[in-house]
Amino acid sequence: MTTYRPSLANSGNSMTSSILGHAHLSADKAGSTKIHADKVNVFYGEKQALFDVSLDISQKAVTSFIGPSGCGKSTFLRCINRMNDTIPICKVEGTIEIDGQDINTRSIDPVVLRARVGMVFQKPNPFPKSIYENVAYGPRIHGLATGKDELDAIVESSLRRAGLWDEVADRLLQPGTGLSGGQQQRLVIARAIAVGPEVILMDEPCSALDPIATAKIEELIDELREQFCIVIVTHSMAQAARVSQRTAFFHMGRLVESGPTDEIFTNPKDTRTQDYITGRFG
Amino acid sequence: MPFNPDGRQADMLIWIVFFALAAFSGLTYWLGRRKALASAGGSAAGLHSLPNYYGTYVALWVAVPAALLLFLSVSFGGRFEHALLVAKAPVAITGMSVEQKQLFYRDAEAMAEGKQASEVIYEGPVKAALTQKSLEAKGYRDKIRMGTFALMGVLALAGLLLTYPRINAKFWARNRVESWISNVLMICSIVAVVTTLGIILSLVWESARFFQTVSPGEFLLGTHWSPQIGMRDDQVGSSGGFGALPLFAGTFLVMLIAMLVAGPVGLFSAIYLAEYAGPTARAVCKPLLEVLAGVPTVVYGFFAALTVGPLFREGFNALGLMLINGQFHDLGLYLSQVQNQMALVAGAVMGIMLIPFVSSLSDDIINSVPQALRDGSYAMGATKSETVKNVVLPAALPGIAGAFLLAISRAVGETMIVTMAAGLQAKLTLNPLETVTTVTVQIVTLLTGDQEFDSPKTLSAFALGLTLFVVTLLLNIIALRIVQKYREQYD
Ligand SMILES: Nc1ncnc2c1ncn2[C@@H]1O[C@H](COP(=O)(O)OP(=O)(O)O)[C@@H](O)[C@H]1O
Ligand SMILES: [Mg+2]
Repeated sequence: MTTYRPSLANSGNSMTSSILGHAHLSADKAGSTKIHADKVNVFYGEKQALFDVSLDISQKAVTSFIGPSGCGKSTFLRCINRMNDTIPICKVEGTIEIDGQDINTRSIDPVVLRARVGMVFQKPNPFPKSIYENVAYGPRIHGLATGKDELDAIVESSLRRAGLWDEVADRLLQPGTGLSGGQQQRLVIARAIAVGPEVILMDEPCSALDPIATAKIEELIDELREQFCIVIVTHSMAQAARVSQRTAFFHMGRLVESGPTDEIFTNPKDTRTQDYITGRFG
Repeated sequence: MPFNPDGRQADMLIWIVFFALAAFSGLTYWLGRRKALASAGGSAAGLHSLPNYYGTYVALWVAVPAALLLFLSVSFGGRFEHALLVAKAPVAITGMSVEQKQLFYRDAEAMAEGKQASEVIYEGPVKAALTQKSLEAKGYRDKIRMGTFALMGVLALAGLLLTYPRINAKFWARNRVESWISNVLMICSIVAVVTTLGIILSLVWESARFFQTVSPGEFLLGTHWSPQIGMRDDQVGSSGGFGALPLFAGTFLVMLIAMLVAGPVGLFSAIYLAEYAGPTARAVCKPLLEVLAGVPTVVYGFFAALTVGPLFREGFNALGLMLINGQFHDLGLYLSQVQNQMALVAGAVMGIMLIPFVSSLSDDIINSVPQALRDGSYAMGATKSETVKNVVLPAALPGIAGAFLLAISRAVGETMIVTMAAGLQAKLTLNPLETVTTVTVQIVTLLTGDQEFDSPKTLSAFALGLTLFVVTLLLNIIALRIVQKYREQYD
């Protein structure tokens, strides 16, 4: 199977990291481990949703999670920014480290963690506010800008990096909910970028979009890979093949197999992976 | 006059006819069903509709028109009979007054039904005329009744004869029954609308009569309210006693105080319930609030008049006595003389009454804000209160505004609490420690006790009612608009 790579037309887009202040990003080497998960078990009440998941996720690369519905992809994704804390019945066991630091210890405030680990959801969920306010939301609550000018700059650079600036520059004060689905999803990505995260989690970000909007988002993901550690859950194996460098295959709450995307798709080791990617189940 | 059981027998007869009709339509149900089955060779599979639809179709046409006729005859037959009876007045009563004539006819009808007549002793030609008229009345009644029964029989038979031949396997009985059902539902809703319209029209009509003596400008803007004076003929309309502005001010003041209590408390408790409370707290609090919302307002009125009123008065009096010797002598003197009944007490208790209402409506609205928005905010690293303040409340704001408007319209229409706790004196004031009176309280006082229906005093109640109706209607329309628009946004 050959993999398709969209051309990186504006990959020269400079990282405006002086505003966002993440100098350490450029220090990290692409391919080194960013997130390390060890023996993660997750329970919803009595029901166990994840069994002993251990996985390393690379810096500056796109990792995709694939697998049949209900296999626990979203659940694992939500462990990485502790969104599962917002579900009262959910209990997480095991260790997850980001840059070698355990995120489940008491010294880590989940609210601060989520500023470092952004998330994009399946259905675009812009707030019922203006486009500008949507992007300014994170910088405002985290106090990232000290004045209107600085905030304007963050909003502009975030929208530019999400590839949305040209489409919305003249209507920043109109409601974000008035954009098309694909634009909304890029707005939500801009919103996540605005707080300068290190990791961006995307849970089936294209499943509510048409093919053209999907292509745009995929292109965007490929650009963002230069600057962030990206994890994407997807139902489409073609999409996993197109955008990701590494792939992890989940089945019934277990991590079956993970590795470079090419290998998983061309030479899977486990028969379940093979069955899934050849479309025999799922 | 000996008791005559004839009347009761007549009532029995109506029931017998009614049950006969029911039995007959049951029979036709069976006939229709049987014919349908027979036409399809005995099996339901060959029929367009299920067999009961054929039966129902026939039975409906047999029973409903005849039953309607019976209903009309029972409801209006008496009036018809009366109209026939008075059409030709006997010579003997031509000299009587209108009231005497009315009594005469009433007695004639009572005799005809075998009921007890009035105490009036009739003599000579009048007595003969009475006996004759009572016989006449009985004759009319029997004719109307027999005519009704005969016509019912014709209608039932016609229903059967018109529908039964149409029954065959290809007939769309199911669709016919469906349209019957939709028509019945439509008629019910028309009844609801027409009665409401009737009430509104009568309000408008009586108000128009009131406005013939008092001009609308004077009513709406006048500052002097003392409708009792209007009862004296020489002062009607000239006294200026119908300026309702103090009432509007009182209503507004009490409403404002109530909303100052119910608004924040209700909203914050809704936020707690929707966003913070665990499942157990929710399971306890929600039903509790709903029970509270069902407490009759007279109980709150009690509470206001007997507990809160004296408590507030004592508090203010004590404060006044403390201040009276110091710098604020005048204020102290005023506070030391405050009475039990004041706008503050009525408003505060009404606010307490509205808390569950505001809270339960707001809770529903906050809950209908999509979880995805909260998730989006949490995923940005916002705390719970930041999420509530910046995302949930702005999204729910239009709906909450609607809930507040509904609460306001309830506050404006509330009667019992203000009657018991605010007083009756119509003062034009915005001081919450004064006794005030509201539109609803005045309607109650105007219409209780002895009254003639033609005096401006009584009619002014209709004008007040109309004003109240218009205001609450507008509030409700705006509120529902807002809530609806907000719903559309997220569906
Ligand atoms: N909020 C929740 N409460 C209870 N069970 C849940 C919840 N979310 C997910 N689950 C269960 O956890 C399992 C994994 O779900 P999920 O992670 O959403 O799967 P995927 O994203 O791979 O389709 C499923 O069996 C699902 O029913
Ligand atoms: Mg999922």
